[in-house]
Amino acid sequence: MTQSDQTESRSAVAGLARGARSAAAAAAMGGLWLATAVQARVNDLPGGPAVNQLNFHPPATRIAEEQHWLHWFMLAICATIFVVVFGIMFYSIAKHRRSVGHKAQELPEPIWVELGWTIVPLLIVIGMALPATKVIVAQKDTSNSDLTVKVVGMQWKWGYEYLKGEGEGIQFLSTLDPQHRVMSDSGKPEAVDDYLLKVDNPLVVPVGKKIRVITTANDVIHAWMVPAFGVKQDAIPGFVRDTWFRAEKTGDFYGQCAELCGKEHAYMPIHVKVVTQEEYTRWVNEKKKAMAALADDPSKEWTLAELKQRGEQIYAANCAACHQANGKGAGSIKPLDGSAIVTDADHGKMIQILLNGAGNGAMPAWKQLSDVELAAVMTYARNSWSNSAGDAVQPREVVAARQ
Amino acid sequence: MSAVLDHHGAHAHDHEHHAPAGWRRWVFATNHKDIGTLYLLFSFAMLMVGGLLALGIRAELFQPGLQVVNPELFNQLTTMHGIIMVFGAIMPAFVGFANWMLPLQIGASDMAFARMNNFSFWLMVPAGIILVASFFMPGGAPAAGWTLYAPLTLQMGPSMDAAIFAMHILGASSIMGSINIIVTILNMRAPGMTLMKMPMFAWTWLITAYLLIAVMPVLAGAITMTLTDRHLGTSFFNPAGGGDPVMYQHIFWFFGHPEVYIMILPAFGIISQVVPAFARKKLFGYTSMVYATASIAILSFIVWAHHMFTTGMPVTGQLFFMYATMLIAVPTGVKIFNWIATMWKGSMTFETPMLWAVGFIFVFTMGGFTGLMLSMAPLDINFQDTYYVVAHFHYVLVAGSLFAMFAGYYYWAPKWTGVMYDETRGKIHFWWSMISFNVTFFPMHFLGLAGMPRRYADYPMQFADFNAIASVGAFAFGLAQVYFFLAVVLPMMRGQGEKAPQKPWDGAEGLEWEVPSPAPHHTFETPPKLDPTATRIVG
Repeated sequence: MTQSDQTESRSAVAGLARGARSAAAAAAMGGLWLATAVQARVNDLPGGPAVNQLNFHPPATRIAEEQHWLHWFMLAICATIFVVVFGIMFYSIAKHRRSVGHKAQELPEPIWVELGWTIVPLLIVIGMALPATKVIVAQKDTSNSDLTVKVVGMQWKWGYEYLKGEGEGIQFLSTLDPQHRVMSDSGKPEAVDDYLLKVDNPLVVPVGKKIRVITTANDVIHAWMVPAFGVKQDAIPGFVRDTWFRAEKTGDFYGQCAELCGKEHAYMPIHVKVVTQEEYTRWVNEKKKAMAALADDPSKEWTLAELKQRGEQIYAANCAACHQANGKGAGSIKPLDGSAIVTDADHGKMIQILLNGAGNGAMPAWKQLSDVELAAVMTYARNSWSNSAGDAVQPREVVAARQ
Repeated sequence: MSAVLDHHGAHAHDHEHHAPAGWRRWVFATNHKDIGTLYLLFSFAMLMVGGLLALGIRAELFQPGLQVVNPELFNQLTTMHGIIMVFGAIMPAFVGFANWMLPLQIGASDMAFARMNNFSFWLMVPAGIILVASFFMPGGAPAAGWTLYAPLTLQMGPSMDAAIFAMHILGASSIMGSINIIVTILNMRAPGMTLMKMPMFAWTWLITAYLLIAVMPVLAGAITMTLTDRHLGTSFFNPAGGGDPVMYQHIFWFFGHPEVYIMILPAFGIISQVVPAFARKKLFGYTSMVYATASIAILSFIVWAHHMFTTGMPVTGQLFFMYATMLIAVPTGVKIFNWIATMWKGSMTFETPMLWAVGFIFVFTMGGFTGLMLSMAPLDINFQDTYYVVAHFHYVLVAGSLFAMFAGYYYWAPKWTGVMYDETRGKIHFWWSMISFNVTFFPMHFLGLAGMPRRYADYPMQFADFNAIASVGAFAFGLAQVYFFLAVVLPMMRGQGEKAPQKPWDGAEGLEWEVPSPAPHHTFETPPKLDPTATRIVG
């Protein structure tokens, strides 16, 4: 197939896609009486899911475009075979039935029939495998990247670390907006377009650059997925895997964790912000300045109020999903409010649990948080709700325990 | 007739002195027909339990937001729905069919190891109870997905150990059942019933039984390593101790992919019996059907890693597993073509068994095509762990295995119970299930294409309409199966309905139609003398 043929067939399938979409949208109308008034107000989310979307996301990378094409190619072949084979079957059902007086005739079974319907499908399958092979080889080629980002899956958030290229050294965590988690629990979420997809810190990358994504995980297997890029890669604890993408347009692109990782599996979205080169440079500079300002000195003596205030935010972002905002836990999740370990005069037990986890991983380890963050969240827990230990856990205690 | 019935069976109630009455008949059952009934009832009960769990899932997903269950319970529901349906419903149901039909089809007096047969069944019951009871253990049921991926399994509560124990028991039961089936088929065929004259159902089960023996120990190994990782400080899969979580997936899917064919090959066998009976023709291409079944079984051992395209295997690995997987389309296609050629120029009627069989061919093929889509590694990168996969395997497991079993039930139950089912009710059951099945699972293709991950307790608003439609369909489908039990199965078990003739289907062939309906407690106590086609008894 020549390039122009391919372009033409692609636009033809795109037309078909639009046709199919409006047809199916009409069919979905039948189901719309189910839709609540809330959902009726939701709009398509550019870079994320569209309302009643019927196909892949509009591709934002070359690879996704190839996959899109491959999908239509496969669908066309399968649909043709389906129509032909079942056309024959339903013709037979209509004509060769006793109620229309058809008498059974045994057919001869020449060997070429069986050979024919073994060999022809084999050839079709080979015809399908060839274009797929090309795409696999391309999507596995992670060499010559412009920027390398390490993505760490954690229960239940993503950590991003810029390893190589412009922005090297930047690192941050990316967590679902806690408001959305509360909405989910309420059972009546507001009709926001980015429901369960809004994060505090999106991954920011420049447009048109080859970004190599290295994945790993802290606790269990997660999977980093951005449908518009045609990318999905498991993040496996103890192992490093990679994938890549080169976004061809700027904008916001969304995905979600795609490997069951525990109870908050549905609440660790991915948001990639693709910006122009200039915007990216500006973002890198700002981010570096902000990081420098935020770099906490763990040896400094902090006041109780300072730590408690800081701890409240950290608690909301990391702990409240399980232990609840009121510290009472739920079900098998232990309460912090009134807990003897939390309020113990010896800070050591609590520090150990936070650094190493407990209950066989039911309480994950939190060593990825900084010393100041850990000290702050412990101070918060010790002095909130009905807990009143009255003292602060100093970051240097955490430093010492890490040794 | 003398070859068919023992001298006691000829008098209606005489057999009871060697078939204990009351509860002893079932607890100490060694008769293949009784054990077959037990298997079928047990698996239907588990189908209802698994179905309830599925309805819990669909109720939660009816609307965005959490209204019915919390995310922990949601994960328990998806996990236990999968385990119970696979190990508790589909697999034992086919064993039930095998127990009832294999000795009748091959002219054997019973299964080869009657007491082991009893043991295989009664092992399933405690396992089923343990699985259901795991919901009431501290921390709830296992919530790591039915695939029990490490290292998430290390975080589970004590119910994980209970589930592992239950799966060990079920595995032992399956292996014993398989040995029994292989020995029965290879050693107890009536004289003249050569292998290549055997009914297709017997052939598919023979091959399935070998698959079971080959892979159940692999599953046992995987879950035993999980158990020692959890309690004995080993680190097979625990990365914290240098273990490899991906190794678990390799081992699991080396079991898991043949397992998929374990759940579909006997279904192919049933369809290969029902279609010729109602087309009033011989099965087209019998020999190629046997070879196709064997090829599928062999190929099933070299495709496991297509479940793992996103784990990041090297390019050559992806290519190999993609090519091998696509090859399976070829023998599967041969089967579909043979069935349609069997229908071609037939004299078809569409009683309920045939409706289910045609419905099976139509809907299962859709699942086959989505399987072909999934086999393409570059597309699978998008599909992996989305609702597309959920749609695919429900098209092959519900519309495949379950629908074939319904075909088999309507086809053979007159022989089991001695009464005909109600044709109108059977047709209502078929159309009701067929429509609600598609309403439930067809929209899931779109959800998957749009990127909705599976095992999600809550989802972005844009996915709401299709989820709502799927939930409505699921409840309708569940009700259809309750209707099946109350309106079709129960009346037949009570003997209500028109008396079934010895051979209710004029186009049916095979030794099972050479014995009266209901089949007497003991059949073929002396080997029958067969005609040259091995489908009729002479003399």
